[in-house]
Amino acid sequence: MSFLEIENLLVKAGDKTLLSNISVRMEKGEVLGLIGESGAGKSTLGLASIGFLRPGCRVASGEVRLMGQSLLAMSQEELRQLRQRKVAYVAQSAAAAFNPFYRLEDQVTELRALQKQVSRPERRDIACSLFERLQLPDPEKFCRKYPHQVSGGQLQRAMIAMALLNDPELIVFDEPTTALDVTTQMEVLRVIRHVISEQQCAAIYVSHDLAVISQISDRIVVLRNGEIVEQDETRRIIEQPAQDYTRALVAHRKVGEFAGQPPEANAVIEARSLDLGYGANKVVSNVDLQIACGEIVALVGESGSGKTTVARSIAGLLPPRAGTISMNGKKLADNIDHRADDIRRRIQFIHQLPDVALNPRQTVRTALSRPLRKFLKLSGPSLQDRLNALMDEVELSRELLDRYPGALSGGQKQRVCIARCLAAEPDILICDEVTSALDALVEDSILKLLWRLQQQRDIGILFITHNLGVTRRFAHSVVIMERGKIVEQGSTEDVFADPKQDYTKRLLASEPTTRRGWLDDQLAAKV
Amino acid sequence: MRHPLLSFVIQRAGSGLISLVVVSVLVFVGTAMLPGDAAQAILGQDATPQALSELRQELGLNDPLFLRYWNWVAGALQGDMGMSFSSKRPVVEVLIPRLTNSMILALSAAAIALPLAIGLGIIAALNRESLLDRMISMVSMWLVSIPAFLSGYILINIFSTRLGWFPGLAIIRSSATLADWANALALPVATLVFITIAHTMRLTRTAILSVMASDYILMAEIKGLSPRRIVLKHALPNALSPILSISMLTIASLMVGVVVVEAVFSYTGMGKLMVDAVAYRDLPLVQACGVCFSLVFILFNFAADFLSILVNPRLREPKA
Amino acid sequence: MNRHSSASFLLSVCVLTGLVLVAIFAPFVAPYSPTDVLAAPFAMPNADNLLGTDALGRDLLSRTIYGLRYTLGIATFVTVVACALGVVLAIMAAVRKGWLDMVIGRGVDSVMAIPQIIFALIVLAVAGISLTTLVCTMIVLEATLFFRILRASAGDIAAMDFIEVARLRGEKLPWYIFREILPNLAPTLIAEFGIRFAYASLFISALSFLGVGIQPPEADLGGLVRENALAISIGRTAPLVPAFVIAAIAVAANGIVDWFVHKYSIRSELGQ
Repeated sequence: MSFLEIENLLVKAGDKTLLSNISVRMEKGEVLGLIGESGAGKSTLGLASIGFLRPGCRVASGEVRLMGQSLLAMSQEELRQLRQRKVAYVAQSAAAAFNPFYRLEDQVTELRALQKQVSRPERRDIACSLFERLQLPDPEKFCRKYPHQVSGGQLQRAMIAMALLNDPELIVFDEPTTALDVTTQMEVLRVIRHVISEQQCAAIYVSHDLAVISQISDRIVVLRNGEIVEQDETRRIIEQPAQDYTRALVAHRKVGEFAGQPPEANAVIEARSLDLGYGANKVVSNVDLQIACGEIVALVGESGSGKTTVARSIAGLLPPRAGTISMNGKKLADNIDHRADDIRRRIQFIHQLPDVALNPRQTVRTALSRPLRKFLKLSGPSLQDRLNALMDEVELSRELLDRYPGALSGGQKQRVCIARCLAAEPDILICDEVTSALDALVEDSILKLLWRLQQQRDIGILFITHNLGVTRRFAHSVVIMERGKIVEQGSTEDVFADPKQDYTKRLLASEPTTRRGWLDDQLAAKV
Repeated sequence: MRHPLLSFVIQRAGSGLISLVVVSVLVFVGTAMLPGDAAQAILGQDATPQALSELRQELGLNDPLFLRYWNWVAGALQGDMGMSFSSKRPVVEVLIPRLTNSMILALSAAAIALPLAIGLGIIAALNRESLLDRMISMVSMWLVSIPAFLSGYILINIFSTRLGWFPGLAIIRSSATLADWANALALPVATLVFITIAHTMRLTRTAILSVMASDYILMAEIKGLSPRRIVLKHALPNALSPILSISMLTIASLMVGVVVVEAVFSYTGMGKLMVDAVAYRDLPLVQACGVCFSLVFILFNFAADFLSILVNPRLREPKA
Repeated sequence: MNRHSSASFLLSVCVLTGLVLVAIFAPFVAPYSPTDVLAAPFAMPNADNLLGTDALGRDLLSRTIYGLRYTLGIATFVTVVACALGVVLAIMAAVRKGWLDMVIGRGVDSVMAIPQIIFALIVLAVAGISLTTLVCTMIVLEATLFFRILRASAGDIAAMDFIEVARLRGEKLPWYIFREILPNLAPTLIAEFGIRFAYASLFISALSFLGVGIQPPEADLGGLVRENALAISIGRTAPLVPAFVIAAIAVAANGIVDWFVHKYSIRSELGQ
């Protein structure tokens, strides 16, 4: 008998099938990784293993046995007792999963207070010792804080502390580092690894990031559209994937696909000693940046580094406090409202979230026609021809022209946004984290599309990203920002091969890879 | 950095004060621009020009507008809001007993309506889409659409004219005992409860549902807490802020209701006083009633905002 | 959508359409002139006077039909004008922001710091009671409420990236209003229009009931309730008739809104 046995599980929400034909086993002390893109059903499976279904979901058939007991045969009260005592769950967004009304100590020790009479000072001691175990600074003070008063990484660790309260036999980690920056992710991963080995418990680790999963788990289950693609030992999956889908996922991480040396050309856009800020906050200081014709410049940094702020300023959305932005040697107006239509046409901006960058009440045709009419003065048949050509260029079916954005997938929406920018026939494309909301394989296809378009049209691209892997294989040159300042810049090859600054080194080291023992090396290096 | 609570109080008190100043200026300037003036109104159409100009001098009507406004405000702050044209008595003397009566009526109604509405709203939210929920929401739609005088007259028709349980007119004598009060107020209070309860109920339901949809409620369920504990300890405290704002709206609709209900039951409160004053164009009295109503309104608004900040740690506790 | 709410929606539409038609064709529908004295005061309903007579012996049914004209006419006019005002101001404030937004916002806040009925009473006392004053006051009050709701929704929409895309393209105000924001605002706007229409009917009725609305000899539904209020103490139901009609208007309008809101929220859940 295994520790956890799931057999032929079928989970439905209404008529929709969330999971089907799922059979998984895991042993005590094992770490099982669940990987898949959004909508693959990995969270649903993770929750089902601890006897929880989201409201509206039901198990249509199959069996879930944990430590020899059938969870489906248990009453609601028995399941609650199980979740209180034997299993625990760590949610993706700690900021949303902590109740804003209570102090951290009260929430973390809530279950203890429920089970037996524990005095408040005792509860605080319990909380403090948990926080200490997770290496949170100043546990005494940390106890007293409310969730909104601590940082994201700390809150995620507090949530892991909450999971450890009753020494669970099984912990489900549901994308615990997805919302975090790479360097913070590193700290949390270290804590998770530490906790799992110290606790000797079993764990299910849910993630969309193959690199992270491969470092943490012993075995991997690959999920897609609610079904298992394949499952096996981590090493086998990474080194010899059996299925096409898994192969594509693994290949996604391979480096050096297209980028080369930056082209020898004059700068089209040049920003000089930019100082930027919102209200009383100065966000960016003294930034110099150049983008040449046909060059892809990656602007890399963690959240709060000011990378998006720089991009918005170049686009004319945030007038600089000091410094100038010029195009082909001529100074541009700071504010987009004061720039000429021709300048507006030449610099195009693609937003991070295609969901909100497209008006839900405008068809694709309307969205694409507007720049064609406004900038190129097209109408009638020539407009229609151009629309069709644009759809072909971004590899979308022409039939989609009369759909509303609501009927498109995330990747399709982002392609429409790209087409809308291309319609203006720009010289410079500013891409603000354009792939970070997309699944790995979709991200790949969008990057390939951008690469091809850039090659064909010789456009300069300013590519804002937090993702070093993408940078490495996509950009000619790279600019690394930290807390509003540029710390290092140069050709991608040079910077990645031989980083000069400590921050760059740390950033590069924190980027997870699927290499065996990467996490252990990182942990060893820390100590 | 200042404590967020303190800066909030200062900010809200400031904007409340501004609203009050705006109200008083509107009321005052509006009245001052009228053809004919207080002197004319007091002495009537047949007054001699001699008498008029003497009275104008005496009332300060020849002073510049802002000086008159200032005198009026200064007087109001000292409890002198001028003379009522119709009763020839000081406005304050007329106003105070009426204000007391209205407050008794409105607060008794609030004391019943708020707990009832919030309770029903919570029940409806927790039994979402059940028969009970649908019935509650349908009844609330009816209640919100029925004018106060209709529910008032129906109640009179049934409980006074037909059954004779309660008086149809809410007349309070000076010798009234507590029982007399309760007897007289029963129907007006019931009417007010009817017209205010629906809105509060609906909004409470929405507030609870939006809290119940948050991730921390899901987390509480995953932790294995009982439904009872989830609602009472995790959902309700977070719904307090919106519920307090909703209560404010209830009180606001009570004040509108009071004006109509007092007319239906001939209750001697401030609403009826004001309506009569409008009919007689007794402007000092209208001014005073308007300012008084607005003041009460602004104070309740402030109190509700203040309390809702107090129960919300995210607004109460400094970030860093 | 379940059968029950569709039925109540259909009923609401029928009631409201019926009332509007009756109001429009009042001279053809009403059995008598609203001003003719026909019988004894407060006569019980009979074959000649289907709903009985009023305090002066006039036919209550005919008076109610003519009163309906006033109530519906004023409520419709006020709501339409206030809605147009509210929409334009709200979108302008949401897109332009800056001082314009602040001035309008402050103004609305100040008006809303006074309870609505009190505001109306003050204005009517100062300016004197007339149809123009009445309608203007109601427009101001309703427009502030429209503004408040729509400014919030328009603000949410204006914060979306597609508005920024329009700005990057250098669009002008009409494009923002008609092509970007209004289509997204439409569901909120329609629901709000229904709610405000119901409210306007109740509000004008309340003012007339208090004696500061439509003045005799003319009477809207609220005025009819007031005229016949005395009957209630002698056990007659004359004032209840026009009061029920007012309730019917508001219930029907709110019923339509309810159905609409319900339907829309279901659609938005399945939309993506």
